Amino acid sequence: MEIFLNILLGFLVVCALAVSVSKNLLNSILVYMSFSLVMSVIWILLESPDLAITEAAVGAGVTSILFIITLKKIHAIVKEKDEEERNE
Amino acid sequence: MSKKVSREAYEKTRSFRFRQWFDGTKDPFLDTMEMKPQEEFCESKKLIHEQELQHRKIIEKSYDVEHNAQVRLFQKFYNIFSVIFCLCLLFILLMGVSYLPQYGHMENPVNNEVSARYIEKGLQETGAVNIVTGMILDYRAFDTLGESHVLFIATCTVLILLRVDKKKYQETAEHNDRIYEPKNDVILQTAARVLVPAIEIFGIYVILGGHLGPGGGFSGGAVCGAGLILYLNAFGFAKTEHFFTGKTYKCMCFGALACYSFAKTYSFYTGANHIESGIPLGTPGAILSSGLILVLDICVGLVVAGTMYTFYVMFRKGGY
Repeated sequence: MEIFLNILLGFLVVCALAVSVSKNLLNSILVYMSFSLVMSVIWILLESPDLAITEAAVGAGVTSILFIITLKKIHAIVKEKDEEERNE
Repeated sequence: MSKKVSREAYEKTRSFRFRQWFDGTKDPFLDTMEMKPQEEFCESKKLIHEQELQHRKIIEKSYDVEHNAQVRLFQKFYNIFSVIFCLCLLFILLMGVSYLPQYGHMENPVNNEVSARYIEKGLQETGAVNIVTGMILDYRAFDTLGESHVLFIATCTVLILLRVDKKKYQETAEHNDRIYEPKNDVILQTAARVLVPAIEIFGIYVILGGHLGPGGGFSGGAVCGAGLILYLNAFGFAKTEHFFTGKTYKCMCFGALACYSFAKTYSFYTGANHIESGIPLGTPGAILSSGLILVLDICVGLVVAGTMYTFYVMFRKGGY
């Protein structure tokens, strides 16, 4: 179990670095989402399931969705939009 | 003896003119000054063109980083200053850490009698099997009251910042996502049909079972709000408006916060200072037990679910 926890903690560090290094904003949001998901698994391993539920719902769910909507509103997701127009 | 003056003679006297000026019946500048109505302001095309050129020139000059010494200086200063600022912040935070009590020391506040009392007498005093819920909704219920109000204030702020006035703006695609809705995505709708009831029931279970197992108002409310957002994404605003509008949120949030405040002030006045609260704690482990904790859990859950949903709606459309 100790090794598993260490792997997850290492994953957290990698995620945190990747969010700040990544140039694409959408990518950083997705990485942030996975960060929260791993964090909730760690909360379960640390025997606090209350926090795990909250982290999964708020961190991985609602916050990332709000970020994605904001990106869509400020037209930061440009590539997808171009593709959509081409398809039409 | 007064003398009667004829009308024409009277009109030439000074007193008549003064009277006219005083009453305002005569314009003193009439016939003495040239008057013409103001022309409507309209820019000539040449002027507009000139202004545009000037504007473009200014923009070009100010964004020409290579030849603009000020911008370069500012960027250099910005880089250096950001590094210095980060280092200072790091230093201050590390200083703060160094003042923290030593880990595992006997005299630490973690090891004082409060936590021992929470663990030993928590079940007996609050009636909640889950010690965490017993702590945050009974011993420290005022903290949680403040947290719920913080959520409410956050929603108010989002409403102020992101709300779109329907009278001012025409309903364009930019301001209103509703034109594209519902998208009738079969995969999303089928998945939502299966998942949303399960998510909602799980959320309600987490709220209601807050004092029996892991969970509580905040986590359950967040799950419920996430389920509502999924439903909204699948089926569009037209369907969610049947049961959730701005008025619903207002009633729900206000009712929950008022209920929480009343319940908690009641227990504050009667339960504190060793006065009996009069609310039976029930048998630990039953769903109707542990006094007011269940009610408070439901209140917090309602506030959180409404807040999550309102955040999403405001970000998405700027109105219900």
